[in-house]
Amino acid sequence: MSSSTFSSMNTIKSSCFTTENHSLNPSSIIPTSSFLVSTHKLRFNTPTANSPPCFIKNRQTHIVAVSDVKQKQLKSTPSVGNLLITKEEGLELYEDMILGRTFEDMCAQMYYRGKMFGFVHLYNGQEAVSTGFIKLLKQQDCVVSTYRDHVHALSKGVPAREVMSELFGKTTGCVRGQGGSMHMFSKEHNLIGGFAFIGEGIPIATGTAFTSKYNREVLKQADCDHVTLAFFGDGTCNNGQFFECLNMAALWKLPIVFVVENNLWAIGMSHERATSDPEIWKKGPAFGMPGVHVDGMDVLKVREVAKEAVARARRGDGPTLIECETYRFRGHSLADPDELRDPSEKAHYAARDPITALKKYMIENKLAGEAELKAIEKKIDELVEEAVEFADASPHPDRSQLLQNVFADPKGFGIGPDGRYRCEDPKFTQGTAHV
Amino acid sequence: MATGLTRFGRRMRWVPSVCNGRQFSTSVCDKDHNPPAKSFNLYTAINQALHIAMETDPRAYVFGEDVGFGGVFRCTTGLADRFGKTRVFNTPLCEQGIVGFAIGLAAMGNRAIAEIQFADYIFPAFDQLVNEAAKFRYRSGNQFNCGGLTVRAPYGAVGHGALYHSQSPEAFFCHVPGLKVVIPRSPREAKGLLLSSIRDPNPVVFFEPKWLYRLSVEEVPEHDYMLPLSEAQVIREGSDITLVGWGAQLSIMEQACIDAEKEGISCELIDLKTLIPWDKETVEASVRKTGRLLISHEAPVTGGFGAEIAASIVERCFLRLEAPVARVCGLDTPFPLVFEPLYMPTKNKVLDSIKSTVHY
Repeated sequence: MSSSTFSSMNTIKSSCFTTENHSLNPSSIIPTSSFLVSTHKLRFNTPTANSPPCFIKNRQTHIVAVSDVKQKQLKSTPSVGNLLITKEEGLELYEDMILGRTFEDMCAQMYYRGKMFGFVHLYNGQEAVSTGFIKLLKQQDCVVSTYRDHVHALSKGVPAREVMSELFGKTTGCVRGQGGSMHMFSKEHNLIGGFAFIGEGIPIATGTAFTSKYNREVLKQADCDHVTLAFFGDGTCNNGQFFECLNMAALWKLPIVFVVENNLWAIGMSHERATSDPEIWKKGPAFGMPGVHVDGMDVLKVREVAKEAVARARRGDGPTLIECETYRFRGHSLADPDELRDPSEKAHYAARDPITALKKYMIENKLAGEAELKAIEKKIDELVEEAVEFADASPHPDRSQLLQNVFADPKGFGIGPDGRYRCEDPKFTQGTAHV
Repeated sequence: MATGLTRFGRRMRWVPSVCNGRQFSTSVCDKDHNPPAKSFNLYTAINQALHIAMETDPRAYVFGEDVGFGGVFRCTTGLADRFGKTRVFNTPLCEQGIVGFAIGLAAMGNRAIAEIQFADYIFPAFDQLVNEAAKFRYRSGNQFNCGGLTVRAPYGAVGHGALYHSQSPEAFFCHVPGLKVVIPRSPREAKGLLLSSIRDPNPVVFFEPKWLYRLSVEEVPEHDYMLPLSEAQVIREGSDITLVGWGAQLSIMEQACIDAEKEGISCELIDLKTLIPWDKETVEASVRKTGRLLISHEAPVTGGFGAEIAASIVERCFLRLEAPVARVCGLDTPFPLVFEPLYMPTKNKVLDSIKSTVHY
């Protein structure tokens, strides 16, 4: 069967929960929600809505809006046929994931050659989450990320050359060399950071979501249906800020989607050993929002869930909590020797590499040929090489940049003769700052 | 105790020692003639201190993020294997929870040694430290206290840490009556001061200079010893100017002193060790001798702890001072990424300031 790859992935996933030694009763773990099981049916090319999956009965009390909408969708046959994506969408997803992977591999190379420094956290293995979610967004939708933010920036549309320059600490970087790896921002693409500290971004995402809702409902800007995505990890789900924001978002029905990238490890702390109830998606309904668990190694499943959640937020129905089961192939950061994780666990997830899986899906469903995909890979290789050259050739920030942006109008810089703040004058960096 | 200490080398016999040159700090000879010890770096010395603390007090606990496997700086290696997971355990990622929970443990008479992974992450716990730990004894009328609390955090620049792995937040905690803040400069100091901090009947925040974890190597006695808190140490005698500092900054200041010596300026260097309550008498006596004072720290200059020292000394020694008190500190910006060398109070900045103060 053409979709046997994904079906086998589903079974591997449920067994992986039981092989890990924790106190959860395996029979009480139902890894997929009803919503996802219906997706599974679509992929088998037999969209029978007649036999609802047995999970629905158990899940109906938990997941409120999501499964209802999905049930309705099943009845109307999608016009694009029985596949989940079109060829164009598939190629776009593939290109984005390859960009993420190639870029991160290049980062590692550059780091070990001494071109970039500091703490760099790579995203290898988790590309399906970034691509699956962010490729559904508009430019005005906001993304709030963590320190593992290079690929979120790339998916959101920040050019690879700007991200690479930022990593090298050059002025042409997206934050002018002031932030580095963990602080990617982009006003143009509405990427509201890069946060070094876990959980710090979540309240900020809640604030941006509030702005969008306010614009729409109070200021009556009817076309303002911007959604915010907040990405964070499994360790963050034990932090107070996470719970505070789940409460606020559900209370005020904010257009936000909370995406948990559960890669099972917080540096050296295994998720099961740090959390009383490791199933994070269950914490959503406790606060009054749907909680969904999805296989984060499969970009198509993530995309389906994301579509639903983003549409829900755009309609004004409020937040969703989505737990993506994913894995990072490298250590926590480039300084982490990654000795603590079981090699068999790593091998298990390496076999579920999202890029390989999508490639196989596209080829088996005749969406694209081997040659086309290879051409994309080559194009991305060249793009990343060009980004490195650009970053290398870019200048380092000027000394006078050191004191900029501490305040809006740092004392002593004041207002220039043209009535604007001196520090906004492009000629300001000519060494007039006091260092 | 012997079986424990053989892990780190053979047991030393008591033999009077001579002053040995140390790589990163000079110190006057030990008054109590400790036996010659093996060389260890900072994280090993701290590790030894933790082993001794856990050994000597069965109700001591070490916890924090990732301490189980040894911690990201290896300060807690071997503790979980030796004392078990009930006394040495990982916590979830919630600093506020970690410190609040530690205060509760301490209030019930335990010795809670909490680790905050980087001092930059201590701010969610700031509320618990300031509003609870510092005031516990006071507001319960001495019925309860959290003296058994020690919070350890690596602080300070490390060369590539950037904004969130290099901060020096000591000044925030110095403003809280009820807390003690202790900062060692070298492995030998660290072990003694950490053991004193753990056994002190007050809550202590112990900042460890992360730059020195591997770089600073010194001979450290392997037995249990404590160094007194709230006593500053004159580590280099001089007559022209007094320099006061703590932590990793002292090694920079020492280099500046050596350079100044070549130009005929004799510098007296004081390690404050405990920032609050700080040893005003030693610093005052030194300033009465030299008439000039320079303070240096990595934290931004405005509102840094140097300001408190300057104000107190001016108050006490106004007529003796021959030049304004100089502060060579970090700039008033967030800790930068690529501009770290410009931001830091480097040896040259200190040297320039010494010269301009002496030639005022």
